[in-house]
Amino acid sequence: MNFLIRIFRFYYEGFRSMTVGKTLWLIILIKLFILFAFFRLFLFPDFLGQRFKSDEEKSEYVIEQFNRQRE
Amino acid sequence: MEEALVNWSRAQFALTAMYHWIFVPLTLGLSFIIAFMETIYVRTGDAEWKRITKFWMTLFGINFAIGVATGIILEFEFGTNWSNYSWFVGDIFGAPLAIEGILAFFMESTFIAVMFFGWNKVSKKFHLLSTWLVAVGANLSALWILVANAWMQNPVGTRFNPDTARNEMTNFWDVLFSPVAINKFLHTVQSGFVLASVFVIGISAWYLMKKREERLAKRSMLVAGIFGLVMSVLLIVSGDMSARLMAKYQPVKFAAMENLYEGQTNAPLVAVGLLRSSPDQEEHKKEDFILKIEIPNFLSYMAFLDANAYVPGIKDLIHGNPERGIISTAEKIEKGKIAVAALKSYKDARKAGDTAAADSSLALVNAHYSYFGYGFLQDEHEAIPPIQLTFYSFRIMVGLGFLFVLLFATTLYLLRKKKMHGQKWFGLTAICMIPLAYLATQMGWIVAEVGRQPWVIQDLMPTRAAVSQINTSAVQLTFVLFAITFTILLIAEIRIMVKQIHKGPKEGGTK
Repeated sequence: MNFLIRIFRFYYEGFRSMTVGKTLWLIILIKLFILFAFFRLFLFPDFLGQRFKSDEEKSEYVIEQFNRQRE
Repeated sequence: MEEALVNWSRAQFALTAMYHWIFVPLTLGLSFIIAFMETIYVRTGDAEWKRITKFWMTLFGINFAIGVATGIILEFEFGTNWSNYSWFVGDIFGAPLAIEGILAFFMESTFIAVMFFGWNKVSKKFHLLSTWLVAVGANLSALWILVANAWMQNPVGTRFNPDTARNEMTNFWDVLFSPVAINKFLHTVQSGFVLASVFVIGISAWYLMKKREERLAKRSMLVAGIFGLVMSVLLIVSGDMSARLMAKYQPVKFAAMENLYEGQTNAPLVAVGLLRSSPDQEEHKKEDFILKIEIPNFLSYMAFLDANAYVPGIKDLIHGNPERGIISTAEKIEKGKIAVAALKSYKDARKAGDTAAADSSLALVNAHYSYFGYGFLQDEHEAIPPIQLTFYSFRIMVGLGFLFVLLFATTLYLLRKKKMHGQKWFGLTAICMIPLAYLATQMGWIVAEVGRQPWVIQDLMPTRAAVSQINTSAVQLTFVLFAITFTILLIAEIRIMVKQIHKGPKEGGTK
């Protein structure tokens, strides 16, 4: 328990005493929000996962695509 | 596949990868430079070295924070824009990337906290160990990504499963220790080490020009000068190895990089050249030299360690050269088309329960699988990468590489002779070298990635077969959004970093 408290204090004091780091953490958080809550959610769906349920269906689709491009 | 969709998907991936690579090499190199500086501090007990370490650590932290997670977008793009490719590569990418996530990232992120928060809270030796582990962890992260990239350049250690249409890893060690993977890792991280050394020397030179922080500047230059000189020489060695591997596994890329149209023995290396598209042979992508300065026999030696060796040209590789045992691309296209069609027939026969037909189709897939990707090419000339871009990028990268050797040697010479003071020409040159170091690493990636076109996986999958059938407008939209986001991040990095450099190191360092 004592060890965990020491780790908590280590990070707590570290974050509190940051100067440039505070701006950097703000940038990191905004960036992660944009990446995951906007880009990932709205702009980057799993193309195959959204259209097909099983791996069999996915493989059939990809082979179909391959064959279409061969012609 | 619509050409605009392929081109926009490529542009989007290139934009993301190139922006990501602005942040990565400085992290890779500066982490080691900081570790060396702190090692000197721990060994000597000189507080000035601690101050120096803390100053560069702050710049490292800025770059790390702005760059962190920019690479994750590439993984988003795999699932959305490159779904055929993601499916086809199967677990090849999964294993290395999972190891990266679990081992290297956690190692890096755990010890980075000790590195920044641990001064005076943990022992000197444990702090130093943490700094070294951050450096090793950051470079190990790069290892797994580069192994995955090397597999695309030289797919080994796998087998194709026709039932799932995926590649499966048969030997992890073959993938990890393929000569291309080892060389790619060494050459790439060494380029990061050189870039970081140039960065440290450039900023230190600025301090000297401003007559500020002279002791910090000279000591930093000494560490970066030695590290940079050693690494730039090793970079040339690994680059030389890379050329040999390219000649062996990606001969068309090698010929394009040298604009060698007709193969020849005792092939010279074009040290400097100017190209012009051949007006009567545009469809063959032939480029003529307007002027060139050659080093006799050197290309043959570079490719095969034999000055008399025959280096195949684009013409040999595309039209075939039976005398040299080179089959034509047209023949490869035929074999590839058989393999792709047989894969479909195999799946259909399996569905219909026709075992005999399935077996004969499978035999065709296996017999021609090494040409699978050629089955998607419409024309043999599609197998030729963009020559001018590859040719010039290679020469800019190499030329700058040699210039950096000169920079490091000059830095050490001036320090040793105690002539660093008042050398305005040197200060300006060193500062100008910083953007050139970034340019050189980007050129390196252009040679590697543009030079291997049309392949996304060498011989197995061309880029256009890898792209998802989505709306081109969706790709254009994300391209613009990425361009805006990354540009904002880059401006933020430059502004914060410049502000911090202007401010200079604190007595006790900064967090």
